[in-house]
Amino acid sequence: MFENIALAFQGIIGHKLRSFLTMLGIIIGIASIISIVSTIKGTNEQIKQNLIGSGNNSVVVQLNQGGYEYEMAYESLPEGVPVITEDVRQEIEDLEEVECASLFLSRRYTNDTVFHQKNAYNGSLYGIDENYFDVYGYYIQIGRNFTEEDFAWFRKVAILDSTAAKALFPTGNPVGQVVEIHGEPFTIIGQMDQTSAFEPVINSVNDYRTYNSNDNGGQIFVPSSVWGIIYRYDEPQSVAVRAASTDDMTKAGKNTADILNARLTVDNDSDLAYKSNDLLEEAKQLQELSSATNNQLLWIAGISLLVGGIGVMNIMLVTVTERTREIGLKKAIGARKRRILFQFLTEAVVLTGMGGLLGVLAGIILSQVISNLSGTPTAISMSASLVAVIFSMVIGIVFGLLPAIKAANLNPIEALRRE
Amino acid sequence: MLLQLKEIYKDYPQGRSMVPVLKHVSLDVEEGQYIAIMGPSGSGKTTLMNIIGCLDVPTSGDYLLDGQNISREKDAKMASIRNRFIGFVFQQFNLLPKLTALDNVALPLLYAGVNKKERRARAAEALKKVGLEDRIKFRPNQLSGGQCQRVAIARAIVGNPRLLLADEPTGALDSKSGTQIMELFKKLNEEGMTIVMITHEQSIADCAQKIYYILDGELRDNRGNW
Repeated sequence: MFENIALAFQGIIGHKLRSFLTMLGIIIGIASIISIVSTIKGTNEQIKQNLIGSGNNSVVVQLNQGGYEYEMAYESLPEGVPVITEDVRQEIEDLEEVECASLFLSRRYTNDTVFHQKNAYNGSLYGIDENYFDVYGYYIQIGRNFTEEDFAWFRKVAILDSTAAKALFPTGNPVGQVVEIHGEPFTIIGQMDQTSAFEPVINSVNDYRTYNSNDNGGQIFVPSSVWGIIYRYDEPQSVAVRAASTDDMTKAGKNTADILNARLTVDNDSDLAYKSNDLLEEAKQLQELSSATNNQLLWIAGISLLVGGIGVMNIMLVTVTERTREIGLKKAIGARKRRILFQFLTEAVVLTGMGGLLGVLAGIILSQVISNLSGTPTAISMSASLVAVIFSMVIGIVFGLLPAIKAANLNPIEALRRE
Repeated sequence: MLLQLKEIYKDYPQGRSMVPVLKHVSLDVEEGQYIAIMGPSGSGKTTLMNIIGCLDVPTSGDYLLDGQNISREKDAKMASIRNRFIGFVFQQFNLLPKLTALDNVALPLLYAGVNKKERRARAAEALKKVGLEDRIKFRPNQLSGGQCQRVAIARAIVGNPRLLLADEPTGALDSKSGTQIMELFKKLNEEGMTIVMITHEQSIADCAQKIYYILDGELRDNRGNW
């Protein structure tokens, strides 16, 4: 066996150019498969990262009615929905999968609510507790964060993000300025940013944005204690939790919703329930969408592997013809059919296996180049690389079989006589 | 009796009809005998050698090798017999060009399932026997024709076969090298090796103890007995 492999390597090194050209078909086929798989995997990772909140594993649990977020237009919680208290928050935070929990209130698309002089802001407004920034991994870029005194003394202070800052203060520093929220003056004490942000490069950016609660309109935060000054209610209606790990997100969201739903005393007809914004699940759906198109490319790459395999068969047939005398001699001095068969099969498998390895290397390089040129992310899949090498060896067996059988069945008398 | 051919017939298809190549060939060779078979080309001597060498089977008749009838054996069994009982020496040497002299000689032992260490030791010993112990690492293209044929003889005897079968062993050599090869054959025969040699040269055939002639597929000895 080892002798066969050693002999096969000798044969390949002895015919460097020929071996390389033969391998080329396999190399190209495997390289294109590896780069396609890498692109699929890279895109999937990115969709996941984009959707699950820039990698800090946050999940929002909101009151839903009939599959949609409950509209707080009536400015009070519906009947049978108790206020989420600090005790409940503590209970949620004690869940195994949850690292940190925050209670908050929010309004989206606050048309004609926030002004600074002639500038209006149409993004979201949040009334948050001390834990909110921790859950989302936000940090203060300019100015300061909310303090205990801000919450306790009902200070009319606000923190905004760069989008809101741009809308309200096209020029200059927002910190220290005063904005008007529903007619009330609020002092901007700081501007926040996300600890890590990924540029969305997925082909369905709009899909991603509708799933993402932090939409592109911008965000303004005020202490939850002053929410009642702006609107006529201040019961926390939503919970944001940070899961211990990305894989725990679905579980963390579900368990949080379970705790909250257990406290509901609503009719079954009302269709009211707390539901987690399961971004991981949504990420999966998006991934499937983007993978489906790329999977078709894989079949096309498979055809080039087939062509490569035929090339291997062709050259193996030539090799058998060239080495007829060698085969005849070996049979004359006692080599059995099986041994000759294995010798040529081994040679074909070593040839395609090497082609597969080189193909994986070329594929990795190719996917990096594609990534740099087009900006599409790639991630090398170890399992795909392994499968690719094994598959190319299988191609060696399949396409090496016919030439090997031909060699094994050669008549030693005629084989020895041939020049 | 080491080998016994009894009423061997061999037909080959030519077009639609069968052409007889060997006709009622009978031959006895005793252990330790050194015989030569002579005949012009087309006389059937190569076919006879293929049958003696277990490369081919007769159409009819029996071939007893060491008392065992092997004229109807299967392919794998024949390969094993070739490997253990018979050593081949060809006109064109048939050495593998990429292997060293040592590896060429060791090849039959590989097929016999001998381990690597022993293969090398026995191959070196066989090369010493043919006087090439200083050419162990040489490849065939670094050796002269006579040296190549001696490597081939070493390969033929490395497995201690019962029969050495030579097909025109000097046909591709100059007369000086040919003489050396014949001396080597004589030495091997004196050590007890049975040799069957096929040739068309009288001077080479004269080295053997007994000469048979084959003509139109029929065998007779030097006294003209059929």
